[in-house]
Amino acid sequence: MKPNVFSLGKDLVGLEDLSTDQIVTVLDTAEAFKEISERKIKKVPVLRGKTIVNLFFEPSTRTKISFEFAEKRLSADTVSVSSVGSSVSKGETLVDTARNLEAMKIDMVVIRHGSSGAAKFLGEKIPSNVINAGDGSHEHPTQGLLDALTIRDHLGSFDGLKVCIIGDVLHSRVARSNIHGLLKLGASVGVCGPYTLLPADVEKMGVRVFSRIEEAIEWSSVLNVLRLQLERMHSGYIPSLREYNQKWGVSKQRLKLGSDELLVLHPGPMNRGVEIDSDVADGQNSVILEQVTNGVAVRMAVLYLLSGGTPETAESAKGVK
Amino acid sequence: MRSVLVRGGRIVDPSQSLDKKGDLLIVDGKIEAISDEIGRMEEAIELDARDQIVAPGLIDVHVHFREPGGEHKETIETGVRAAVAGGITAVCTMPNTDPVTDDPAGIRFVLAQAEKAAGARVYPLGAISKNQEGKSLAAIGEMVEAGAVGITDDGNPVMNGGLMRMAMEYAKAFGIPVADHPEDLDLSRAGTMNESLNSTRMGLPGKPNISEDIQIIRDLLLSELTDSRVHIQHVSTAYGVEMIRQAKSRGVQVTAEATPHHLILTDSEVDGYNTNAKMNPPLRSSEDRDAVVQGFSDGTLCVYATDHAPHHYDEKEQTFADAPNGIVGLETSLGIGLTYLVAQGIVDLSTLVDRMSCTPARAFNLPGGTLKRGSIGDVTIIDPNVIWSVDSNEFMSKSRNTPFEGLKLKGRASKTIVGGKIVWNGF
Repeated sequence: MKPNVFSLGKDLVGLEDLSTDQIVTVLDTAEAFKEISERKIKKVPVLRGKTIVNLFFEPSTRTKISFEFAEKRLSADTVSVSSVGSSVSKGETLVDTARNLEAMKIDMVVIRHGSSGAAKFLGEKIPSNVINAGDGSHEHPTQGLLDALTIRDHLGSFDGLKVCIIGDVLHSRVARSNIHGLLKLGASVGVCGPYTLLPADVEKMGVRVFSRIEEAIEWSSVLNVLRLQLERMHSGYIPSLREYNQKWGVSKQRLKLGSDELLVLHPGPMNRGVEIDSDVADGQNSVILEQVTNGVAVRMAVLYLLSGGTPETAESAKGVK
Repeated sequence: MRSVLVRGGRIVDPSQSLDKKGDLLIVDGKIEAISDEIGRMEEAIELDARDQIVAPGLIDVHVHFREPGGEHKETIETGVRAAVAGGITAVCTMPNTDPVTDDPAGIRFVLAQAEKAAGARVYPLGAISKNQEGKSLAAIGEMVEAGAVGITDDGNPVMNGGLMRMAMEYAKAFGIPVADHPEDLDLSRAGTMNESLNSTRMGLPGKPNISEDIQIIRDLLLSELTDSRVHIQHVSTAYGVEMIRQAKSRGVQVTAEATPHHLILTDSEVDGYNTNAKMNPPLRSSEDRDAVVQGFSDGTLCVYATDHAPHHYDEKEQTFADAPNGIVGLETSLGIGLTYLVAQGIVDLSTLVDRMSCTPARAFNLPGGTLKRGSIGDVTIIDPNVIWSVDSNEFMSKSRNTPFEGLKLKGRASKTIVGGKIVWNGF
């Protein structure tokens, strides 16, 4: 067997920790895995005999289902745990949860948690591979990767690309993974939103800051529109959802300021009529559903690479059609 | 009581501008004499202090001993042992216990527990407000009568400026300072670390400097208005240092603390979600750290205090947001002071002793802080040459939450004497 010269390491915590080569390799591997989901029988034996736990301490529909499909299509044995009704909601600490998983000899853990740093914390406590499915406001690396893959599918390369992230950057793990990933891939990155929702010193991360969405749209080749959580209004970051839509919402009218080829991404779930209008979400610039499709392929690639697979053997690992 | 004769040490006592080789005699728990050479005494215990420093007992005016209510983290008994192991002969305990130390019974309980324990002297601070709720004044006069040496709502700071004004006016009659943890909770919100590029990168909510600055300014103005003494706890910001410096120059009666961690660490320590770098106020930028060092050096921050805040290991073994604020400090403060402040030339030895003994005693009207004849026989003997590494398993404290694990230090207390009794005899 050829030695595994490529490695993602033990865990995938964030794109800040990955090199450009590692990110490109995940994208290339995902490209190869896309085809499995197009087959009549969507199952290959890549992870046969591996046990994976999906540990979701926060509600999630899309990400959890996406991981589950990725795991099942690779033939892993999976269990999904949600915080509601599990020992987690009975006050068990994360370190105890980790020790229990370790005792059950789990190969991989996918974790979504409300605290920044939770995935790293878990990865340091257990020998299993840990994949971050979103930790607090820190990172959501598979989302960052699937966003990059979707952009690459449409625009080919990242050179000269301008991607603007619109909305609640302060609380967004998607924003941070996008910023790290896209900058490493060679794109320029901007952020736009009310200053109350932009984090301190964000420009020092190497991004351009726009306070007006019109300027952001004129500058951009890609818009990544973030979900605005309703509770942001209650905690005083913005006066009202109506005003947010008026001042920062992505509308058909505003899209006219940009190029015809402008791509519109959204990590979901969308608040139609708040951060994005329906005619944009469903319009010709939108690639939102392609993101969802790519999500499964990216997660298959990450599972495969973390379990010791190499990019070179990805094709043969898939088996014959 | 037997006498103690400390022979041949370098006696450093800033309270009488003393720095010379000599002998020190303690009789009946009191300083009896300092002299070039004291003759042999049959009944005295002789301590050889050649190549050692003999200083007035060190005082830490900011510690949390967690009793009552948090005995799994620390008790008064383990706290005073940790103190003397660090060369500290007296401490001021914070009242954010459970229940809050906000009445004379609470003060008497702390003093009774301290009496039973063989270690450092304990001078409790009482709460400013009932149950530290910031609504109405606690029984300040009765607490002082019971032995409180000051008041503070440290841990749950007073947000109401009107109440703070009344606390300062009221406390003035009893000759005690009001100590404040300056933090505007509406500005610091859910912050868990310094607001900076680091907090943004790690996705942690930040506390901006201004949440501290604005309350420091409030406290200085209120102290000026009420012509009373204010003690600003654990200053961490450059602007805060400058405001205190200006206030001092116009005669405001302010004393202020610098902690070992704010003097030598910055918020980059939090990297990797290190919960032992989580405390309140948080570690700040290197500019802030440099300003705290400058303030310590020029005397703006005239008190060196640790904010010793023990937590059980499993409380710190959580995600960063869930872990409590605070680190232990009693057993590392002297070594850090000698290694990072004196050896680096930021202050000379006499100034460090002044900030660790004389000034804290004056700030809270405590006995000690001097080796003058007739004062209490509290003495710290320091071996300035011993090189050691911080090993939290050796701590006398119940807790191990230190960001200084493994740090190599030069200088350590070799003997700690409280009231003429040797309560710590070195490692």
